[in-house]
Amino acid sequence: MTNNTELDLNQIRNDFPILHQEVKGKPLVYLDNAATTQKPKAVINAVSSYYETINSNVHRGAHTLSDLATRDFENARVSVQGYLNAETPEQIIWTRGTTEALNLVAHSYARAFLKAGDEIIVSGLEHHSNIVPWQITCEVTGAQLKVIPVLDNGELDMDAYGNLLSDKTKLVSVAHVSNALGTINPVKAIIDQAHDAGAVVCIDGAQAVPHWAIDVQSLDCDFYAFSGHKLFGPTGIGALYGKQELLDKMIPYQAGGEMIEKVSFSGTTYNQIPYKFEAGTPNIGGAIGLAAAVDYLMQLPREALELHEQALMTYANQKAADFEGIRLVGTAKEKTGAFSFLIDGAHPHDVGTLLDQQGIAVRTGHHCAMPIMDQFCIPGTVRASFAFYNTLEEIDQLFAGLEKAKMLLL
Amino acid sequence: MSESINPFGTSITHEDLLEDLEFFDSWEDRYRYIIDLGKKLPDMPEAYKTDENFVHGCQSQVWIHGELNNTDNCLDLLVETDAHIVRGLAAMVMAAYNHQSPQTILDFDIDAYFEQTQLIQHLSPTRGNGLKSMVKKIQDLAAKHTH
Repeated sequence: MTNNTELDLNQIRNDFPILHQEVKGKPLVYLDNAATTQKPKAVINAVSSYYETINSNVHRGAHTLSDLATRDFENARVSVQGYLNAETPEQIIWTRGTTEALNLVAHSYARAFLKAGDEIIVSGLEHHSNIVPWQITCEVTGAQLKVIPVLDNGELDMDAYGNLLSDKTKLVSVAHVSNALGTINPVKAIIDQAHDAGAVVCIDGAQAVPHWAIDVQSLDCDFYAFSGHKLFGPTGIGALYGKQELLDKMIPYQAGGEMIEKVSFSGTTYNQIPYKFEAGTPNIGGAIGLAAAVDYLMQLPREALELHEQALMTYANQKAADFEGIRLVGTAKEKTGAFSFLIDGAHPHDVGTLLDQQGIAVRTGHHCAMPIMDQFCIPGTVRASFAFYNTLEEIDQLFAGLEKAKMLLL
Repeated sequence: MSESINPFGTSITHEDLLEDLEFFDSWEDRYRYIIDLGKKLPDMPEAYKTDENFVHGCQSQVWIHGELNNTDNCLDLLVETDAHIVRGLAAMVMAAYNHQSPQTILDFDIDAYFEQTQLIQHLSPTRGNGLKSMVKKIQDLAAKHTH
């Protein structure tokens, strides 16, 4: 199989050392990118170079290494600002990942400003980390959680969404892309309608950022959360973007060093954004690694890669159409990343085990999205998830692997 | 259960399985054998599929029922699951544990057994098959009957 872009995929794959190995004596086929992506050499080198040459604490040292670390750490914020097209670097808050970013919004915004009678809207296909923080918020504030229903093909019921919105709606939080089904949600329309109703909008961007560059200003979202490790960066680092006027009025999430301006026993004043939300020594190496990932991505032909990823999804769909006994879970018109399915008569976990024997890495289970699995009355799925470094040949291998699994199991 | 209806641990022992598994060179044969083992497990009566017998931590649904057989003081076990490979692995666990005395169960080196079968990866707590939880549940049952 060849494809119609001028991409040199081999050259790009060479940037990712981990891809060139055998698992169980077979070449690794890594199709678990929605769980975490692999890291290019540029990221690995940036992290080790940080620890080898300038490791020191940021913002408070009276020495050269601290100045250098602070410079790279703050430049990393500028890189992420650029990737999201945020207005200012101060609107990029470092977090451990999407989960912490969403919890920050739930704690510092929703719990502080919502009250009994208010409503929060999420969708039925959310990851647990975009459900549970809001459930806790509702318990604490007396607000109510409303859920946008999901259609059988995995798309959101936008008519129902329109009906849920009212002057009671204070916050809408939805995924840009579903981790379990791959559905690309119409977030621009969701945001605009929520704003018309006077609500603030938070977008869980964990599954969107690896596939295209995000423009938070054109989306006009109020918050945008993502994880570095799903963006070819290190684990333990992510970011929250927020609109300045919201971040300014929010209370700190965690307290300690760095987040204060002045501490005394008669009263403490908080630092400015972003530091008000970054108590304690941050993940400096992680931030620098994430910036290296963003810089790496920016020099790739992103549009060609996006087309390539679409070609992967199209090809997987074509292969599935000819594969007896496969049932796709989530057939939205707009999809990226996740390709979720079941094999008739075979448990997803068994399928995953037999694919693993063939060097093919997928995820099986409920993908931390139990409500949508319950809606479809299934315990889970097999999920192959693609990144730009995957090849059409790897999709051939996936289906050959499935054929073998079917032969053994059925 | 006056008599164990489960052939594993009685007519099919864990030594038998180890002997059989030695013959296989390919992973396909190994897994085909495990899947076939699962087919020899007796079905569990619906009445035993209780919350108490449910094994948590598995992607598949797994129940284990155990009763002390008063005639010979052995623990008679039944297991049920909806996934073929997990069912086969459960049969291997049964070959070691079913119809054994509680003390024999507690003394049995399950890690060494799975090491010999080259299936030790499945005992890792991070795998979604819940084999580790299954073993723990049986060991807890055995411990309850040694006091």
